[in-house]
Amino acid sequence: MNKNSEINTNNKNTFLTDYCLHLADNSLILAQRNSAWCGHGPILEQDIAITNISLDILGQARNFYQYTAEILNSSKNNSSAAVTEVTEDSLAFLRDNREFKNCLLVEQENGDWGKTILRQFLFSNYQYLLYLQLQNSADEKLAAIATKAIKEVTYHLKWSSEWVIRLGDGTEESHQRITQSIHELWPFTEEIFINAKYENELTEDKIAVDVSVLKDAWYKKTAAIFAEATLTIPENVFAQKGGKHGAHTEKLGYILAEMQFMQRAYPGCIW
Amino acid sequence: MQSFIKKYYYGDIPDDVAGSTTVISKEINKDATWPLWEVFIRSKQGLDHKHAGSLHAADAQMAIENARDVYTRRNEGVSIWVVESKYIHSTNPDEAESFYEPAADKIYRHPTFYDLPDAVKHM
Amino acid sequence: MDLHDFPALFQQKIDSETKIEPLDWMPDAYRKTLIRQISQHAHSEVVGMLPEGNWISRAPSLKRKAILIAKVQDEAGHGLYLYSSCETLGTSREATINDLHSGKAKYSSIFNYPTLTWADMGAIGWLVDGAAILNQVMLCRTSYGPYARAMVRICKEESFHQRQGFDILYTLSKGTDEQKAMCQDAINRWWWPSLMMFGPKDSESNNTDQSMKWKIKRKTNDELRQQFVDMCAEQVKVLNMTLPDQELKWNTETQHYDFGEINWDEFWNVVKGNGPCNKERLDARRKAHDEGEWVREAAKAYAKKRAGKNKHIAA
Repeated sequence: MNKNSEINTNNKNTFLTDYCLHLADNSLILAQRNSAWCGHGPILEQDIAITNISLDILGQARNFYQYTAEILNSSKNNSSAAVTEVTEDSLAFLRDNREFKNCLLVEQENGDWGKTILRQFLFSNYQYLLYLQLQNSADEKLAAIATKAIKEVTYHLKWSSEWVIRLGDGTEESHQRITQSIHELWPFTEEIFINAKYENELTEDKIAVDVSVLKDAWYKKTAAIFAEATLTIPENVFAQKGGKHGAHTEKLGYILAEMQFMQRAYPGCIW
Repeated sequence: MQSFIKKYYYGDIPDDVAGSTTVISKEINKDATWPLWEVFIRSKQGLDHKHAGSLHAADAQMAIENARDVYTRRNEGVSIWVVESKYIHSTNPDEAESFYEPAADKIYRHPTFYDLPDAVKHM
Repeated sequence: MDLHDFPALFQQKIDSETKIEPLDWMPDAYRKTLIRQISQHAHSEVVGMLPEGNWISRAPSLKRKAILIAKVQDEAGHGLYLYSSCETLGTSREATINDLHSGKAKYSSIFNYPTLTWADMGAIGWLVDGAAILNQVMLCRTSYGPYARAMVRICKEESFHQRQGFDILYTLSKGTDEQKAMCQDAINRWWWPSLMMFGPKDSESNNTDQSMKWKIKRKTNDELRQQFVDMCAEQVKVLNMTLPDQELKWNTETQHYDFGEINWDEFWNVVKGNGPCNKERLDARRKAHDEGEWVREAAKAYAKKRAGKNKHIAA
């Protein structure tokens, strides 16, 4: 293998691991957020429902992290031996703020139930379209993870759509509350559909999904659900971006501080 | 101390010993309570739907989804029925005598009632 | 016997192991005892989500996080099954929950203790769930049909809870010195409260035991507690840890472990609301319920609107 193609392979691997981490971080951070409802939901049945979603996306995150670790470990073996093994846990618990690649939407606060289910709807709507395409990825592993996850996400989208409609077209109070949440969350939706460098680099080889083309379908679905919910899509909103390449809102730091506490306080232990 | 220790079991502490230092009473908001639904689950193709339990939901659609989340977390079902509990009609156990016992009288429905002549075999 | 001697017929059913079903005649006191016991059991499941839910966000690995979430979620399910069986006795879930929130109803006092370290997740699984399971296995044969059926379902799901707890402790016991210390500390703090879960000693009761006669319960507090001590005294050896009781020792005569006296003052104080976390636990439940009110209201309002629309189409 000549030097150039080696560099190319290395770059490709970095893009691929960055992409996997992006997908994993999205799911992990949202799972972490949703799981805070466990024991605090508006009624037992819905407490169980949101926790199910949390478990599903945590499972997705683990699949992506495990795959990332696999790639990183095998490429390390090629170059130098005796480096600490990368695991799903080292990736989740030992990277700092700037290394996390989740989009800003998922790190936003839970707020009230309306804000949580709205965030879920906006995200599931995207995740559904994403996984639909990712099933055909040239990377077999990614395709397999997406194929498994799409079934889960189909339900998340249905469930969260129904909640948006219920709250939008429920009482005056619920309508007003969810409208407020729309204004709070909408600025974070734009970022999802702007390809990061790792996405751009991988779309040509049909490994990553070109997210820019998902936007129309996403918008259509959102508009349809909002219409049924008697809600309006905000216009001329200034978009917040940066999460996908590690520039986050201040909220992520607190999520990580709590989530990573044990691994940071007791390094190198087996749990 | 001794005087008010009666025999209680786990989960069965009497109400005269308050669980909280303060009692705050609140009216139930009827507009915020969801009706009760009965859930029936077919555990696999070829079997009848079987009563699994009940739950609360605002409407039928939600009841089905809640049933999925509550009663099929361990792949227990392939099909779910829900019906609002108030629509279930039932026999009255106090009338069990009039309902079931007449059948107990009608022993002529049972073949052993007939004392057949020995000559007739294998009927 | 007179055919209309309902109490006698009822007891006859109980004695012949016929389950009592919701619409059957039952003595008022039987109904009341059941409502009290089942609702307390339900509240215990739901309040019991809090001390463990407390550690979901800080679970030390992704696998542990997933297991813990699933476990706490199961408890919500168990609370729900129990509230449902309580409803078959004629009390609505809303009213039952209202009694909890008003401070009138009880739940197991064990959940008023704080979860301070990750090892507490292990200790709760092993000891608290272990104690609960002994009680619940017995209750699978309780005389009231819906309660027994809920318990069967719960016991099936519960089987992994105690194991995951023991597994957490076992892993800690094989770990660093810090982890071992964390493990022993959690066992020390949860041991006595777990023994208290079985309730006062049999000898301190001079009441006739109606619950046993009605076969709501089938074993006494002391029987269950002894069974628990015997079980844990053996299992703790596998962990290479100790139970915090100087008097714990095998008695060759009784073929059981002898153990020390429970601090009943502490027990009653926690029951009465003076536990370290009584206030936090109730506040958290009230807050969830109050903040969920507009959500439940909206869903109901929407359901009504939609039902109205459908009627319109039908007409």
